[in-house]
Amino acid sequence: MMVDLPLGFLSDFSEAFDFIFNTREAQTGGVQVGGPAEVLEFTWEHVKVSGAAIGVACAVAIPAGLALGHAGKGELLAISISNIGRAVPSLALIAFFVAYLGVGFTNVTLALVLLAIPPILTNTYVGVRQVDRDVIDAGRGMGLNPQQVVRRIELPLALPSIFGGIRTSAVNVVATATIAPLAGVLTLGDYILSANVYGQDGRLAGAILVALLALCVEAAFAGLQRLSVPRGLALGDHI
Amino acid sequence: MRRGHLPALLAAVAALACAVLLAACGDDDSSTDTGSTGAKVIERNADNAGKQLTVGSKNFTEQFILGEIYAQALQAAGYEVKKDLNLGSEQIALRALKGGDVDAYPEYTSTALTSFFDVQPQDIPKDAQQAVEDSQAQFEQEGLVAYEPTPFTSANAVGMLKEKADELGVTTVSDLEGKSQDLTLYGSPECRQRLDCLVGLQQDYGLRFQKFTPVDIGLRYDVLDKGQADLSIIFTTDAQLSTRDDVVTLEDDKQVFPPGNVTFVASKAAADQAGAGLKETVELVQQGLSERVMQELNARVDVDREEPRAVARAYLRESGYIE
Repeated sequence: MMVDLPLGFLSDFSEAFDFIFNTREAQTGGVQVGGPAEVLEFTWEHVKVSGAAIGVACAVAIPAGLALGHAGKGELLAISISNIGRAVPSLALIAFFVAYLGVGFTNVTLALVLLAIPPILTNTYVGVRQVDRDVIDAGRGMGLNPQQVVRRIELPLALPSIFGGIRTSAVNVVATATIAPLAGVLTLGDYILSANVYGQDGRLAGAILVALLALCVEAAFAGLQRLSVPRGLALGDHI
Repeated sequence: MRRGHLPALLAAVAALACAVLLAACGDDDSSTDTGSTGAKVIERNADNAGKQLTVGSKNFTEQFILGEIYAQALQAAGYEVKKDLNLGSEQIALRALKGGDVDAYPEYTSTALTSFFDVQPQDIPKDAQQAVEDSQAQFEQEGLVAYEPTPFTSANAVGMLKEKADELGVTTVSDLEGKSQDLTLYGSPECRQRLDCLVGLQQDYGLRFQKFTPVDIGLRYDVLDKGQADLSIIFTTDAQLSTRDDVVTLEDDKQVFPPGNVTFVASKAAADQAGAGLKETVELVQQGLSERVMQELNARVDVDREEPRAVARAYLRESGYIE
């Protein structure tokens, strides 16, 4: 019996790429949509809102994680925050924020920050806690004060774990920023949300672009994570 | 245009605030004033037994209610009815209909003409009956059957708080001329690029707004209430228009927003198989659906937080279509 291979998606894909590289009339008429200029504009907005969120999340979560990890306290706090963060679906978080705070770049960024904090906080905390106690004792023995212990021993040794956290957050945030057009920020998600205007080709193009962006971010942070491994650790067989 | 974007989740969460607020104001269970007399009870027809129908709908309140009304009525007529009431946008719904995943769903004539049949919004017949006939003819070419339309029409509209409208002294969209550059407009993301929305307001009325902000349609009243939006794109059948008197719509004097009746669209195959009972039942139960009634039904779901299923049942009961 002959089996019809569902290869229709291949032509769907080529249409989607055509949408990315050439402008065309909107399905609803009257305006031109698609094409590199618009794609870049949306991509830039997408990168801006995601970047801002990840930046703020790092600024909050890394110092907090270092402090908690160094003190060896607040394990319950760090773990709880992370668990709650994981339990709340990102969509619900954004919806909650938009309903109570309103729309716009700042509010969307804030909502995404909340989404981004838990993995970074937990990974920072865990990264610091798993630093070999002997190394810290040795540092203290050499006369390092607590601040120096954090800066010169705990932070460098925790970096791979921290970057792992940022990597998880970043992919989450980039994917979730897709719904930002519902809250006043025109990201690549507009292609997906307004498919009546952009057509199915536009919608697929949007999905491809968001996926590509997430993969790029993932790859970039994976690279950083690898680079951040202190040479001493990389030479050893710890990893 | 008329479609919920972020599915149930956002709508649910966003509406939660509303619900809590309104619950505090007391719960008056207003009954639907259908005012229909002489409606006849749908009789179970033995001929329909064993005939299966899958009724679909798009993904927002009015569609859920309409889908339920048609589904329950057809069930009362003896059909074996399945429901698939959250199909998403009209493109998805049309695909489901053509692919046989659903046998029928309610669609707006204006949406059908613009989204399916490449009619420009300004070319939609101003006469509603003509628009219906045009879309029926187009559907037929696609192997689909569109039944007679609902009494109510539904359209987008520019809404604003009454206070603000009085302050500016505007009652029509044209009145916004010379004032719009200081006003913010909020609408669904796709409004931005549509001729029957922002683009039309810019081209046909020559209006320039201070800023257009895309927002989930579930928030179309929130943005007015929070003072973020001076103007918001709302629907003429919105529950809020019947329950609140502090929101007004501006008259669309240049007819940018095409009005649409709802027609129940079925695939030819399903219609043939279902027989005459389908058409009869559908055209019977929608008789009571005036604009006012549709607003009230929407209000019972959006404001009173009743289930679309229960609201549809109440409508059918109170109108005397089922017992």
